[in-house]
Amino acid sequence: MVKALVLTGYGINCNEETKYAFERAGALTEQMHITELIENKKKLETYHLLAFPGGFSYGDDTGSGKALANRLRNTMWEELLQFIAVGKLIIGICNGFQVMTNLGLLPAITGEYGARTVALTHNTSARYECRWVELIGSSKCIFTQGIDKIELPIAHGEGRFYASDNTVNELTKRDMIALRYAKNGFSAKGEFPYNPNGSLDDIAGICDESGRIFGLMPHPERFIDTYQHPLWTKNLPKEGAGLQIFTNAVRYFI
Amino acid sequence: MHRIEVFPIITDTRAAMRERKITGLGIEARIIALTDTYTIDKNLFKEQLEQCALLFINPVIEKYSIDDYCIHNFEWVVDVGFLPGVTDNIGATAHQTIEDCLCMPVNVYSSQTMYLVGGTYSEIQKIATQFANPLINKITIRKRNEPLCITIPKVSLQMPLQSTAAALIDLDVSDAALVAIGNKGINGPLALDGDAMKAIQNYFRNKGRKPTDVELESLAQTWSEHCKHRIFAAQMNNREGLFKTYIQGATERILNMKWGHVTCPSVFVDNSGALVFDDKYLVTHKVETHNSPSALDPFGGAITGILGVNRDCLGFGTGAKPIINTYGFCFGIPEDNKKLYRTKNVLMLSPKRIMEGVIEGVRVGGNCSGIPTTQGFMLFNEQYRAKPLVFVGTVGFIPRTVAGKPSHEKKALPEDYILMIGGKVGVDGVHGATFSSEALNAGSPATAVQIGDPITQKKMADALLEARGLYNSITDNGAGGLSCSIAEMAKESNGCFVQLENIPTKYAGMAPWQLWVSESQERMTIAVPPERVEAFLSVMKKHGVEATTIGKFTHSGKCTVKYGNETVMDLELDFLHNGLPKKKVASTDELARHREPILKVPKDLTHVLTEMLNRANICSREFISRQYDHEVQGGSVLKPLIGKGRVNADATVARPLLDSYRGIALSQGIFPSYGDIDAYWMAACAIDYAVRNIIAVGGKLEQTALLDNFCWCSPNDPKRLGQLKRAAEACYNTAVMYGTPFISGKDSMHNDFRGFDEYENKISLSIPPTILISSIGIISDIRKCISMDFKKSGDVLYIIGKTRDELGGSEYYAMNDVVGKNVPMVRLDETIQLYGKLEKAIEQGLVESAHAVGLGGLAVSLAKCAIAGRKGVHGDINQLHLPQYKTLFSESPGRFIVSVSQKNAGAFEKMLECMYFRIGYVTPHMFFVRDGSKLVINTTLTALERVYKVRFNKW
Repeated sequence: MVKALVLTGYGINCNEETKYAFERAGALTEQMHITELIENKKKLETYHLLAFPGGFSYGDDTGSGKALANRLRNTMWEELLQFIAVGKLIIGICNGFQVMTNLGLLPAITGEYGARTVALTHNTSARYECRWVELIGSSKCIFTQGIDKIELPIAHGEGRFYASDNTVNELTKRDMIALRYAKNGFSAKGEFPYNPNGSLDDIAGICDESGRIFGLMPHPERFIDTYQHPLWTKNLPKEGAGLQIFTNAVRYFI
Repeated sequence: MHRIEVFPIITDTRAAMRERKITGLGIEARIIALTDTYTIDKNLFKEQLEQCALLFINPVIEKYSIDDYCIHNFEWVVDVGFLPGVTDNIGATAHQTIEDCLCMPVNVYSSQTMYLVGGTYSEIQKIATQFANPLINKITIRKRNEPLCITIPKVSLQMPLQSTAAALIDLDVSDAALVAIGNKGINGPLALDGDAMKAIQNYFRNKGRKPTDVELESLAQTWSEHCKHRIFAAQMNNREGLFKTYIQGATERILNMKWGHVTCPSVFVDNSGALVFDDKYLVTHKVETHNSPSALDPFGGAITGILGVNRDCLGFGTGAKPIINTYGFCFGIPEDNKKLYRTKNVLMLSPKRIMEGVIEGVRVGGNCSGIPTTQGFMLFNEQYRAKPLVFVGTVGFIPRTVAGKPSHEKKALPEDYILMIGGKVGVDGVHGATFSSEALNAGSPATAVQIGDPITQKKMADALLEARGLYNSITDNGAGGLSCSIAEMAKESNGCFVQLENIPTKYAGMAPWQLWVSESQERMTIAVPPERVEAFLSVMKKHGVEATTIGKFTHSGKCTVKYGNETVMDLELDFLHNGLPKKKVASTDELARHREPILKVPKDLTHVLTEMLNRANICSREFISRQYDHEVQGGSVLKPLIGKGRVNADATVARPLLDSYRGIALSQGIFPSYGDIDAYWMAACAIDYAVRNIIAVGGKLEQTALLDNFCWCSPNDPKRLGQLKRAAEACYNTAVMYGTPFISGKDSMHNDFRGFDEYENKISLSIPPTILISSIGIISDIRKCISMDFKKSGDVLYIIGKTRDELGGSEYYAMNDVVGKNVPMVRLDETIQLYGKLEKAIEQGLVESAHAVGLGGLAVSLAKCAIAGRKGVHGDINQLHLPQYKTLFSESPGRFIVSVSQKNAGAFEKMLECMYFRIGYVTPHMFFVRDGSKLVINTTLTALERVYKVRFNKW
C-alpha cells in the first residue's frame, strides 16, 4: 500500500485536511510531528510520499518558511536527499512550498538540491489574500498530469513568486512550471486579482527536473469534494478537482 | 552586542504601502529602505554573524548588513522595536534559529527600521507614530551622521530587593479610608466597592489578622465585574437578578419543556456552551468582547481577544478543538478626525487607526492559528468613538466521550497536580480584569495591554488535543490569571495549594501578587493525576510547550498559596467564591421620547437606493473577508462571500467532518440603533435576525441555540439599568417562543470614557447600549443548504412576511439624520408559523435562493441578492400598500426575499398559504421596481454592484 507522511507541529495547520486528501486518494496516511520525525529520521524511508502542509511554521517570523527550512537543513538534510534520490514524491503546499524553496528542494535546476534560486515574498497588494483562483498547467510535474485547468483557493500573504529572468527561462525551457494563475483559460498576465500576488510570469507552482518534487501556493486539499467550491449551490461537478493532484501522486506508485 | 539588518533587493511592497500612508498625512518624505532588524545580545565573531545573517535572508530577494546602517544616503532612520518586557515573537523565533545553528543560546530582539529622505524632525515623529504604538513600542529616531548605537530592551523591575514577602495591609481603618483602599488599590486599581471592602474587613477581623496584598489582589480579581458579572447577578428592584430570571430562566424553561429538539449538555457553567452535534460529537460556542484593551492598543487588544476566546474553547470540558472563529466590530466613523484625550496630553487613537488595528489583530490571530474566520459584521456609529466594541467568538468540536467519560464533565480531584502550561509569566497583563470593570480614563494601566502569540498557542493547542484523556480538568488563564483559573478549578476538588516560586517567569523581580494575578498570554491551568504527569509532560515536550507543576489540588476547603516558606494567601474557598455581597440595584422604566418625523417624499428612489448601498453599515466589507482565511480546515460550505458577485453573507455554514454532510450554521443579530428608541425591540430584533438568517440558509428553529453579549454603559444609572432590564425581558420572551435556548453569554458593563476634547473641555462619551445575539444551528444535510444569490433569470420573486411602517432607528432614517419612533417589532405569532413553513419549503428543495431582510430593508436586500447572483430584478411593490419609500426601506423583521423556479412556484405558494407576496421575477441584468404602473427604481446590476463595493475597495 502507498504510504504518505504529513508533517505537523510548530504552527503547521493544514495537516488534517491534507491527510484527508491523501486518504481519499487511497494512500495510507500518517501525521507526524516535526520533533518526532527529527528524532526518528530513519522512519522517513518507510513512506512513499511526503507532504509539507500549509500553515505558519514558526509563525513565519524571520520570513515565511525560513525557520522550518533552517531546522530541517540542520537536522535531517541527508535523509531528505536520500528520500528524493530513491524516486519518492514530495509536495509542499503554501507555507510548505515556502519551506521547500528555502530548503532549496525547489526548483533544483540540474538536480542541485540545496541552492536557493527562487523566492516567495510579500504579495504586491501587501495584504493577506484568501480567494479562489483559476489555474492552468502543462508540465512534467507528476502531481498535475492531466490537469490543464483547475480552480483552487489561495490563502497567503507571501506568495509572490520571484526569481531571476535566467531562472524563469530555465524553468520554462525545462517544463518545470506546473501551474500558472489564469483568466478565462489564459495566463493572467499579472492582472490582479487573477494573479493574486504579483507572481512573476503568473507562476503558482513549480516542480523539480524529475517532476516528483512539487510546490504550489494554492490549496488543492481544500477542494476534495464539490461542497467546498464557492458556487456549488449553482451547478457542480461531483468530485472536487483538487483530489486529482493527490490521486496522481498515489497512482505513480501503483 | 550586534545588529543584523535584512532588506529586500527587489521592489518592496511593504515600503510602498507605508509610503501611501505618509502621502496621506500630507508629508513629503520618502522611504528608501525598510528592514527587519535583529539585535543580538551576545558578542559573536564575524563568521558567526554572517552565518546567522544567512539564516535570515533568501539571497534571491534579500541582503543583509552587520553592525552598520544598510544604506547611507538617508536623512532619517526610524527604528521601531518593543518596549522592555513586551512579548517579541520574532525575537524568540530568531533566538531558536540561531541556537539551532550555533548550538548556543543567544537572546535576540526584533525591530523594524525605516530609512527616509525628506521631512522635518517633527514630521518624522508623526510618521513614526503611524507605525508604532507608544504603549508597546519603543521608537528611536536618528539623523544622518549620528552613529549607530545598539541598545537592548531589557526589563529592569524597580523592585526593592527586600523581601519576596507579601505586604500586610491594614484594613482596621475608617469607612472612608476603606472605600479609598477599594478604589485606589494598593499596587494599582482594585475596583472593589464599599460593600465588598466591608465584607473583606469583617472576614479578616474574624480571623484576627491582616490580609496580605496577595489576598486582596486575588479577591479583587475573583470579585471583579468581569468575572462575577455583578450587575447582571444583582438583585434588581428587590427581585432575583436579570441573568437568573431572564437568560438562564429562558434556557431552563426551553430545555425543561423540550420545545426545541436541540440538546444542550452544558450551558453557562463552562468556558463555552455546548450542544449535541451527532451521536459522537458536541459543538461548543463562546463569544467574548475585548473592548477596553482594543481602544488602547487595537492590534494587541484584538489578537489577545481572539486567542483568549480560542482558549475558552480549548478549556471547555476536557478540551474542544477550535474549528471556526467569528467576529463583530462596532467602530467610530473612520473619517472622524476630532481629537480625544485620555488626559490633557495623552491622545486617544483615531477611529481609523483603531479599525485598522482591530481588523489586523483578528486576522493574525485566526490565520496564524489555522482557524477559519467566517461569520462576522462591522457597524459604525460615532458613539463608539472612544470605546469600540470588539466581539470575538470561537466554535469548538469535541467527541462526546473522552477516555470513557462524558467530555463535558471535568473534575479536578484532590492530589491532582496543578500544571501551568504555555508561556511564561511577566508583568504584562497585570490588572486586566479590574481594569475592564472601570471606565476608561487617565489612570488605566498600560500593562493592561498584552500581545498574543498565536504560534505559542497553536503549539499548546496541538499538544493539549493530543494529551486529551491524560488530565482531569482544564481552564484557560484569562482574566485574573492563575488566581482565577486555579481558584475556579479548586471548587471541583474543594481546595488547592500553590507554591508561587515554581511559576516560570520572563524575568526576575516579580512580586508574589504579580505572579498570582498576571494575565500573560497563552497559558492554561491543568489538573493531572500524579500517575499520568510523566506521560503528560512528554507530550508537552514533543510539541515544545513549557509545562510546570506549581501545586496540588486538595480537599482542604481552602486556597493556600506559599512563596518559599511563607504563606502569602490562606482563604476559605467559600469566602473567595461566595463572600461577595450581592449588589442591589434599582432601575427605572423610562422610554426615550422620539417623534416619528415627517420627511419629504424622495423624488428619485433609484438615487436613494444607490446612496443606501454605499452606506458604511450596508456596503461590502469584502476586504475583511478576503484577508481572513475562511477556507482552512476545508470545512466551509456557505462562505463569507456569496455568489459570483461576492456579497457578504449574513449566515455561514461549515461542516466539521469532511466525510459527513452534517453541518453548522452561524449567524449574528445586532441593532444598537433600535435601542435608542426601545432596548426591548433592539434585543427582540437581534434574536429574530440571528435565527431568521439560519432559517434562510436551510437551518431549523428546533436545532438552533443562542449566545448573548450585552455591552452596556453607566451601569449605576437607573435609566440604563431600566433599558438593560427591558432587553433581558425581550431575550426571555423571544427565545422562549422560538424555543432557542441561550447556551453561553458574556456582558461588558462599563463602556464609558471620560477625558478631554481638543479644547481641553472635559467630556464623557458612552457607547449606545448594545446587544449582540449569535446563533448556532445544526444542519442535518448541508447538500440542502440555500444561498442568497439569485440563480436563474425567470425565477419567481417573493417577499415573505409583512412589511410595516417601521423605520424608527433604520438606516434610511439615519441617512436623514432622524431617529423616529416606529421601531421594528417582532410579531412572534406571525414569524413562528412562517419560519416553520419556509423550513419545510427549503427542506423539500422548492427554493432557489433565500435571504433575510435586514438593514436597509427590502430594496437593499433585493439589490444584494441580485449583486450576489449577478442578475437583475423586475418587481412590483404595489400590493404592499405603504408609501413607496417606506415599503422599500422599512426594516420590519420577520421577512425574507425568496426566489423559486417557475416549475416549483405552485407548490411553493401552496405550502406558504398566503403568507407571501409574489412581486416579480429575476432578470438577466436590468433592475426595475414598479409601483403599479409607475417605475420607482430603474437601474442596472453594474451600477448597483459598483456603489456596493466602492467604499472600502482601497482598504
